[in-house]
Amino acid sequence: MSGARLRGFGCYLPERVVSNAEVAAQLGCDAAWIVQMSGIHERRWAAPAETVASLGIRAAEDCLARAGAAAGEIGLILAASGSAERRFPGPATAIGAGLGLPGVPAIDLPIASAGSLFGLAMAAELCGRYGNVLVVGAEIMSRAIALEPAGRDTAILFGDGAGACLVSGETGFARIADALLASDGAFADTLHLELAGPIEMNGQSVILQATRKVPRAIRELLERNHRQPGEIAVYLMHQANRNLIARTAKSLGVAEEKFFVNVDRYGNTSSASLLIAADEWWQGGAPAGPIVFAAFGAGLHWGAVLAE
Amino acid sequence: MDQRSKILAIIRQVAGQSVDPTPEQSLFESGLLDSFTLTDLVAELEKQFSIRIPDSDLTPRRFDSVERIETYLQGRQ
Repeated sequence: MSGARLRGFGCYLPERVVSNAEVAAQLGCDAAWIVQMSGIHERRWAAPAETVASLGIRAAEDCLARAGAAAGEIGLILAASGSAERRFPGPATAIGAGLGLPGVPAIDLPIASAGSLFGLAMAAELCGRYGNVLVVGAEIMSRAIALEPAGRDTAILFGDGAGACLVSGETGFARIADALLASDGAFADTLHLELAGPIEMNGQSVILQATRKVPRAIRELLERNHRQPGEIAVYLMHQANRNLIARTAKSLGVAEEKFFVNVDRYGNTSSASLLIAADEWWQGGAPAGPIVFAAFGAGLHWGAVLAE
Repeated sequence: MDQRSKILAIIRQVAGQSVDPTPEQSLFESGLLDSFTLTDLVAELEKQFSIRIPDSDLTPRRFDSVERIETYLQGRQ
């Protein structure tokens, strides 16, 4: 992992902006309640013709352009998604085909929410062998929710989008120093999406687990790298819920301002959210200093990555 | 202070309200606790009863009423 570097990020967000008022009207709830519960003001929904792979391709193209890299430099694709349209093949190979990369290995990570984080950690380990590794997180969560009053607790949260990151063994603006990944299948039923959908979530249980596991993972990762939470320049988290991000900051004793937030504009885009947030942060100038990526989600899967 | 009084004091502290729930009253359905204050409740139980509650025990139902919390704590002794 010592040679792995972050070379660039990119993202794609569908054009259609869906307001809380529009969602609230279908769910029989109040728009202000959505903000109170989640901090979300609006989200994007994909057009009917768009697919998880088509979103991923757009994010990958954006990432390559921003990183100044050609598609032909990619040696491996890791594509995370929890909302792929079919059992197999997953979107990874379609993303490879869309980028014009026949023969380049493409691996699906069917991990919602934390998928991109797992992808980053795996890319850091694999770039020594494969060169540039493209990590993509792409989701169309709007097709996994129940737009009816009974499904409102989850339907208010989710949006569509894709993010991408190019991890290089040779060049980049930050070195991936370490990663801590963890999983626990004992809580698999707390957040799941069956083939027929819609997504089902025990929100209380998910938040209870997340508020304990995420700060603990970050703290453990930092301790073993001789870092204090206050030394980190920016925390880039899976954008699940603004309240959860604030709670993580409080648990670590870090100012909330150090946590990049865009869940208010895009909702929870599951595995895409980490890389969408990273791309927006990077476009904003990416101040120097250590970076912590963190995520938690269905599985359960969670963890943190340190770059510096 | 007996165990029940300590539990009630913790609930009042994390809920930020001077409340007196009945032993079987659902703390979530009555609106006294939500997903985030439940985390605070668990942390305070650990602190004030000097126990470590493993993540595997962290299900909302287990801490949904004074009675359930008492049962859990008794099982830990």
